[in-house]
Amino acid sequence: MIAGYPSPAGGKEYAVGFDRRRAHRVLVLPALFDEANKLRHFTIEVLRALDVVGIDGFLPDLPGCNESLAALEGQSLASWLLAAEAAAHHFGATAAVSIRGGALCLPPMLPVIRYAPVIGASVLRGLLRARVIASKESGRPESSERLASQGRRDGLELAGYHLGPQMIADLETAEPAGGASITEITQSDVGGPGLWLRVEPDHNPAQAARLASLIGAALA
Amino acid sequence: MHGHSAMTNQTDHTLRAVVQDVLGLPAERVAAFTATTGLFGHLPELDSMAVAGLLTEIEDRLHIVIEDDEVDGEMLETYGALLAFVESKRGR
Repeated sequence: MIAGYPSPAGGKEYAVGFDRRRAHRVLVLPALFDEANKLRHFTIEVLRALDVVGIDGFLPDLPGCNESLAALEGQSLASWLLAAEAAAHHFGATAAVSIRGGALCLPPMLPVIRYAPVIGASVLRGLLRARVIASKESGRPESSERLASQGRRDGLELAGYHLGPQMIADLETAEPAGGASITEITQSDVGGPGLWLRVEPDHNPAQAARLASLIGAALA
Repeated sequence: MHGHSAMTNQTDHTLRAVVQDVLGLPAERVAAFTATTGLFGHLPELDSMAVAGLLTEIEDRLHIVIEDDEVDGEMLETYGALLAFVESKRGR
């Protein structure tokens, strides 16, 4: 279940894999930053549900995340795209599935299925807003415009994540990436409230099963 | 005139749904919220990242834009204060 893939920057990154050498092999690109944390359990359960419906799934650690030894500050959406492409190649992925902000680093050569994709500006706005609210609460107010320009120059720590200047700049303009073909799955297709909205990380077995069956239908 | 206007009812309904989805509270608990029910500072779940998510979701579902400098403790103090803020934004 624990697998690895060669990092484009050298060395190795870990991945979670359900590999039974089946016809459909999907690379799963997780949500980003705080949403990755909230959706970690859900994401693994989606891989398990895909396994049950006969689809191999691979969830890579993006460089700078989870067990990765790479520095997050040195990453950008471009470096994550290269890592996604390396993982797709290594695992022989036949399609890619993104969750939320994972859509910002989808490999263009694969058919892609995007679950509740977001634009980079929304991801950045949420992180900046949390920091502005926290700084106001602690009596040292900061403006999001000033933080953004500081971020473009020097990078920023947002919600505990050290983002480098290139990552900030990339997020400001990034749109969900295309692929060889695009299927979009919305939250209303899955049903119930999106788990990324939740304050605490949570899991919903019915949503995981429904998402896996929608992915299966898109691949069929 | 008796009770709330149609828009107030709809705003109230949508705002309760957002709060319920964000906090993952049971529907009965959110339905029992009154104007004086405490939010920020009273609900341990509501940290700054959660408030940011809550505001973004309110923007998306109620079609308003909330500037960061409009966000203060008072507006998030009670459910009634948050509802009044959202209604004032929608009324503009």
